[in-house]
Parts: sequence; C-alpha cells; structure tokens
Amino acid sequence: MKKIHIILLVLIAGSIGILLTFLKTASTYDTIETAMAKPGKFVHLMAKLDKTQPIEYDAVNNPNYLSFTATDSTGKSVKVIYHNAKPDNLELSDKLVLKGKYLDGLFDCKDIQTKCPSKYKEEQARTGGTHPGNIPVK
Amino acid sequence: MDYIGEHLLPGKLGHFFIILSIVASLLATVAYFFSAQSKNPTDSQAWRKLARLAFLTEVFSVFAIFSILFYIIHNHLFEYHYAWKHSSRSLEFKYLLACFWEGQEGSFLLWTLCHSILGSILIKRGGQWESPVMTVLSFTQFALATMVAGIYIFGWKMGSNPFILLRDSGVFDNAPGMHINFDLAQPIRPDYMQSIKDGNDLNPLLQNYWMVIHPPFLFMGFASTTIPFAFAMAGLWKKQYSEWTRPALPWALFSAAVLGVGIMMGGMWAYESLTFGGYWAWDPVENASLVPWMIGVSGIHTLLIYRHTGHSLRSTYLFFILSFAFVLYSTFLTRSGILGESSVHAFTDLGMNWQLTVFLLGFVIPALVFFLSRLKEIPAVQQEENMASREFWMFIGSLVFFLSAIVIIGKTSLPVFNKLFHTSIAPPEDGEFAYNSIQIYVAIIIAALTALSQYLKYKDSSREYFWKKMTIPAVITLVLFALFLAFGAIHYTKKGPVFLGAIWLAVFCSIYSIVANAAYIWLGVKGSLKLSGGSIAHVGFGMVLLGILISSSNKEILSNNIGGIPAPLAAGEDPRENLTLVKDMTANMGRYSLTYLGDSAHPKKQLWFYKIRVKSNDGKEDFVLTPNAFVNYKGNMGLMANPDAKHYWDHDVFTYITSIPNPQTAKDTSTFKAYNRRAGDSLFYSGGYILVQELKKNDSVPEELFGKDGNLYEVPLQVHSKTGSVYTVKSKLAHARGAWFSLPDTLPSESLVLQLQQVNDDKSFELGVKESGAVMKYVTLKAYRFPFIRLLWYGVWITAIGILISMVRRIQLNRKITRSA
Repeated sequence: MKKIHIILLVLIAGSIGILLTFLKTASTYDTIETAMAKPGKFVHLMAKLDKTQPIEYDAVNNPNYLSFTATDSTGKSVKVIYHNAKPDNLELSDKLVLKGKYLDGLFDCKDIQTKCPSKYKEEQARTGGTHPGNIPVK
Repeated sequence: MDYIGEHLLPGKLGHFFIILSIVASLLATVAYFFSAQSKNPTDSQAWRKLARLAFLTEVFSVFAIFSILFYIIHNHLFEYHYAWKHSSRSLEFKYLLACFWEGQEGSFLLWTLCHSILGSILIKRGGQWESPVMTVLSFTQFALATMVAGIYIFGWKMGSNPFILLRDSGVFDNAPGMHINFDLAQPIRPDYMQSIKDGNDLNPLLQNYWMVIHPPFLFMGFASTTIPFAFAMAGLWKKQYSEWTRPALPWALFSAAVLGVGIMMGGMWAYESLTFGGYWAWDPVENASLVPWMIGVSGIHTLLIYRHTGHSLRSTYLFFILSFAFVLYSTFLTRSGILGESSVHAFTDLGMNWQLTVFLLGFVIPALVFFLSRLKEIPAVQQEENMASREFWMFIGSLVFFLSAIVIIGKTSLPVFNKLFHTSIAPPEDGEFAYNSIQIYVAIIIAALTALSQYLKYKDSSREYFWKKMTIPAVITLVLFALFLAFGAIHYTKKGPVFLGAIWLAVFCSIYSIVANAAYIWLGVKGSLKLSGGSIAHVGFGMVLLGILISSSNKEILSNNIGGIPAPLAAGEDPRENLTLVKDMTANMGRYSLTYLGDSAHPKKQLWFYKIRVKSNDGKEDFVLTPNAFVNYKGNMGLMANPDAKHYWDHDVFTYITSIPNPQTAKDTSTFKAYNRRAGDSLFYSGGYILVQELKKNDSVPEELFGKDGNLYEVPLQVHSKTGSVYTVKSKLAHARGAWFSLPDTLPSESLVLQLQQVNDDKSFELGVKESGAVMKYVTLKAYRFPFIRLLWYGVWITAIGILISMVRRIQLNRKITRSA
C-alpha cells in the first residue's frame, strides 16, 4: 500500500470520527415536560409564548433580563429567563424555539428563535382587511 | 370576465418566453448530444448548427423573461403577484434589482442568466469541446427553466411562475372584500385593482446595496461550477480522459474567484447590515455555498498536480463532480424549506420539493455512476509520489480541504438526517464552536502547506534547494510572530488552553503562509507577476485566515454590561452584551465611553437613525455612529436594525440597536391627569393599563421628618403595557407637618410618571398620570470592536486577484498550444 493511501484512510476515518462525535454532542428537541425531566441538560425547547402571563422587560433597569412564560401543546408551562435584549417580535411569534437548560423551576435560555406566522398568511389577512366593506363571512 | 386596470400583455409574453426557453433548452440538449455523438463530421456540424440556434434562442428567451419581469417590477404592475409581493412604490430604483432576486423565481432566473452568458462564451471558444460540454450545460438550463414553469403535471406542481397574476395566486382566497358581494364562493371583483394600491415591499433587511451585488456574484459562482463539471463529463463521455483538463482549468479558476468573492460579499453584507455581530455564523445557508467552493478549490489543486505529474486525475474528476453536486445540494437545502428550524435566512417552501430532489439526484447519481463505471479507464500513475515533491503535499492539502468541506456539510445536513431517519437531533449547545474546534486545525494544516509546498518542486526537490529557499521566509515569520506576541497577542480563554494553543499555532501558520508566498514571488519566480498568480492567491488566503483569527478571537464587547446589573455575574457566565444608553448620559465602558445623542427619522420611511457618540478614553478616537432601525415597518412589527461601523486601519468599532422604548408610549401629553380610583380598579394610559392595588397607610414614620401626626400613604400600581411587559410601581404620598407631598415615580420605559395626589376619607384616592415623551429617551444597543478585520476583506480581494492572474495565464498558455497545434 502506498503512503498516500494510508494517509487517505486515516483522514477519512478521522472525518467519520468527527461527524460521529458531533452527533454525540448534539442536543435534542423537547417539549416542556421532557425538558423538565432532564434538568441541567441543554435542549431545544419547542414552545410558544403564554400571552396571558406578563412579560418582564425593563431596558432601563436591566437590558439583559427578560422573563416570560412559555407554554406548549401539552399544556405545561414554564417561566423562561433570557439574559439578553427582548426579541422585538416576541409578542407576535406563534412559535418559539428556546435553546437552553431547565433548572430549579426556571428555563434559562441562551438563545431564542422566534417564528412568526408565515408571511403569506399575514398578507392574506391584510389584503382582506384593506377593503373598507370587508365583513367576515358567516 | 374583464378585469379593470390590468396589464396582461407583459405576462402573456413572459409565459411565452418561459415555454420557449424550456423547449429551446431541451432542443439544444438533444441537438448538442447528437452533434457530440455523431461520427460523421458533416452530421455533427449540422446538429451543432441547430444546437447553437436553439441555445441562442434560449439565451434570448432568458434575457426577455428577465427584462419583462424587471419591466413589471419597475412599473409597479401589482396585478402580478411577484411585483406585489416583493416591491412597492416607495422602493428606490437601486433596490428594484434586489427585489427581483428576493424571490426564488428571480434567483433561478439570475442563475440561468449567468449560464446563458457562460454558454455563449463556450460557443465561441469551446472548439472541439463545445458539443459535449454544451450538452451538459443545456440540460442544466432545461432543468432550471422548468423551475419557473409553473405547470401542473398530474397534480404535481412543476416550477413556480413569476408571471402569475395576483388574482390567480390564491392570495384572495380568504379575502371576501376582493370577491363579488363579499362572498368567497363568487369570482373576484372586476375592479379589484382599485384596492391594490401598493405592494408588500422588499424586506427592509434586504434594502441594502449588498443585496444588489452579492446575489449576481454568488449565482455567477454557482453557474460557473457547472463548466468544470461539464468538461469532466465530456471527458468521460468522449473517452478523452486527459485532454479536457487543459480547457477546464481556466474555467475552474474563474469559478473559484467569483464564487469565493460572492460568498464573502455575503459575509460583508452580514457584517454591515445584519445583527448577529459578525460576518460568519456557520449558518446552513453560508455553509452550503462555502462547501462547493472548497471542493472546487481542491479540484483545481489536483488538476494542477495532474497537469504537472500525471497523478490525481481521478480525484480531479471526483472533486469537479462533487463541487457541482453540492451546488445542487445547496439549492435543495436553501429552497426546500427543510432548514426551517435551523437557519435564519433560507427561502420558504414553494411546494416544489419533489422537483428540487429530482434536480439534485437526477444530476448527481447518473454523474457518479458514469464516473465509477469508467473509473478503471481513467489513467493513473502507479508509481508512488515522492515525499519530497510538491504534488505529494499538494494532494494532502487538497484532501484535507475536501474532507473538511465534507465534515462541514455533514454537520449542516442535520435537518436532512432528521427527515430521512425520523430522528429529532438538534444542533449542539455551542453550534459555532462545533465548527471552529475542527476547522482551526484545517486552517493550520492548509496554511502550513501553502507555505511549504511552494518551495518544493514537482516530482522531486533536493534538500539543499528546499532549506536554502526556506530559511529567509522562516526567519521573517519568526520575527513577525515575536512582534505579534509582544504587541498584540490573543487571550481567548473561553474555550480552554487547547483551543487557545490551536489559535496561536494557526496565527503562526497564517503569518508563515503570507510571508512564504510573498517571498516566493521573488525567490521562486523572480518577481514575474504573470507567473505568481498562485502565490498571490495564497498570500490573500493567508490574510483571510489571519484576519478571521485575530478579529474573532480578539473581538471585544464594548457594551459589556457588567456594572449595570444589580446581580453580579456568576463565574463562567456569558457577559451581558446589551447596554442601555439614556439620552445625553455618557456611559463609561472601560476603553470607550458611549453617549446617545438623539435620533432622526428618514423623510419617507419608518426608518430611524440613532446617533451614538463613541469616544476612546485615550482621546485618539472620537466619532459618531448612526446605526438605524426600521420601526413597525409596513406591518413588519417590531424593530429591524442595521448596524453602523467606524473603520480604522487596524480595527472597526461596530454597534447596533437591540431595543428601543415602545414608540406607542412616546406621545407627549405632559400634564398630570387626575383619576379617582379605589383598590382593585384599573385605569388606562396610551401604552396599556394600570391595576390599582390596596392602599397602605404607614403611621410609624420618623417624627423629625414628618412632624407630629405625619404619615405616609403608599399604593402599589401594576403597569401592564401593551407589549406585555409588567412593572410594579409604588406611588407615595406623604403627609408631613400638616402639608401633603406627592412623591412621583417614573417608569422610563413606558414614558410614564405616576403619583398619588390625594387620599379621600372613603378610601378612594386620586392618582396623577403623566405621559411624556420627554421623560427619558434611551436606546439599548450592543457595541463591539473588531481588530484587524480589514485583513480579512483585503485578503478576499487579493485571493481573487491572484486566482484571476492564474486564469489569464492559463488562457494564454492554452492559446499558444492551440496555435502551435
């Protein structure tokens, strides 16, 4: 076997190793319930904003503290703490991907991805709304 | 039915040219195929004539489609869905092109347009390779043309047509106001155009000059990877396994230069106008375009090895095939909507994923099968490469670069993996570090190899030659590195000593790469610029690496808000990067002080400019940055911020707005309005409502302050703003020495001043509410300092120039050979 073939095999094995390690370090998508079941573990929490609960954010006092309640389809809810500025479209989002850890009754969030209602639907609603005589159909 | 106010002719023409482009590209494919297959030169020429005619018809159609769509957008013909969705009347002329390729259809058209240009050059210059290469290119054009067809075949939607009318697009399906008698079952009103006054506009984040120039470069880059691929296929097909490499090389170089610049323009755009505080985030969309470039560059290097030594031809085939394959894969990733969860800027799903999958697999599988079936026939040198030869180390470098690309795309493909195997694996906690921790070693290896292998000769090099030439650059590098240690250094300890060590080593290797390659221009090719394309490109690449290393690891957070937080940070906690600046109050942030001077509005748009004065405490820097933000722009609720940066030769200071006071509460009413309330009542203000809680009376107050019979009333007020924020404020009223004193409480973020004015005997009380825009103006922002980021940008340009110099030289060499033949 040529030297270059040995190097080739070693490098390919290395690459496969790197990718397998990556899968091991990867995180998971969770509901509030399953996230609570593994406290301290970094998860992607799929939830939405609980609009009945207050959002705490006062940029003058502390621009790096946001707290709100997240809920999901299973009906569970959890208080979320986010040490960053409030995403501007938080209230409008219909889905949130919260990346962080659940610990001691709080979800400590490192990153929030807001998913707003698809632009398309929004457009439809607005087009309908622009006409003055636009009454909902029974 | 006749609709009023529509312009249907452009659309009809557009449809016609789309069909014509599909037919013409298919015809070109078939005719070029027979021209390439035909053994009889007369037949071959006749087919080729037909094929050229068909291809030029296709080119004409593409230009026509492009012009018509531009006409529609430019004239604000909102009866067309594309114009309505992507543009508006207020959009500046310079952004009309940007909104052209904001949509999937427009970007497919841009891609075919680039193919058309490249194809036309091939017709002129392709020579004997024209027919087989153009067969592949025409077929790609056919596949792309179907992407904008908008035809339904047995219920499958094929392509998305940019000329579809607004009333046919389904937008009105739930809009009764657009239907006769407001009945959704009825047809659309003939005068519906009267309600369509304006379009939806270009996404404000895309209203940036980079959006005008970055896509053309990127798509030209994508389109140009087709050519080396087509040459490789032609070589396999015509069983001329070696000859194609000569004409393919300049094309591959062109592709590397343009695609590389295109990708990095995306980085510059991100840096200048997006707000993730950098130029690269290992986002799937970025990775998907980087990977074809990396593989293409590997292909160029193996091709050079082959041209000089006869080694590595098979890998060259594989790399060019995969480079194109990953362009298609990138198309699939970014356009299928599969990245929904993991990327911030992919296109949305247009419901044509089956077509994208067919596009991807329909090219990749046959190409790979074809390659493997002829693998044995491709010539390969059996003799082993000498370890003291340039080709040995160049091959190792190409291989590492290629595998690094595969590792990147492997990680990026997590959503695809999840879909295929029904798993739900999410990216790891620190997604960027997952890439950086591996790629830093790739950078070390590549930088070192680009330096060392220049001083090796092809086939064999004597030790004396190598060491003699190597000495000078090595000494210079050591001196520079020592200077770097003395004056700059890197203290990136966040990821531990191993990673820090790797950064140090990578810095050393990139300096070495720059020095050794620059020196080679004199030591190796005696200062001949014409011959030093490769060295120049490597100098540029070394600068790119060095710029990335220094600017990222020494990135400084100027708005590091440690002092402002009541609760101290725990060890290892992330710095809190947001800083609130109250107007005219200077915040001292260590090296710099920041002051918010005020804001101004764009005359026509909901765009605000915030003036932030930045002063360095050593007095050397004093300037005003004006980051801007779209506020509640055309239904895009919330804040869309664009950063601003001050560029110095050795660093940038960079800032953007992350939060502003709720603009609805910023209206000024300036006087206290009195309200009589009881505990449990509520009252409204312009930004929300206030819940009044139980009144408390405190009799045990210090007598020296309040006098005899003094007391303090206190009522907690819960302020609920429309944005959902809740604040608790305690309004106090003091009864001291026979007089009443209100102690107003200010709620700056709601521009609200509240005071308890009077307490009545029946336990009701009077509250004073003042809403004032002048209470306090503030912005919340993040600010960074990026040292030596210019190295990165200049490095990109120098790399591209170096590659283009090589390209010109290869074209000249090819011409010489053709002439002498």
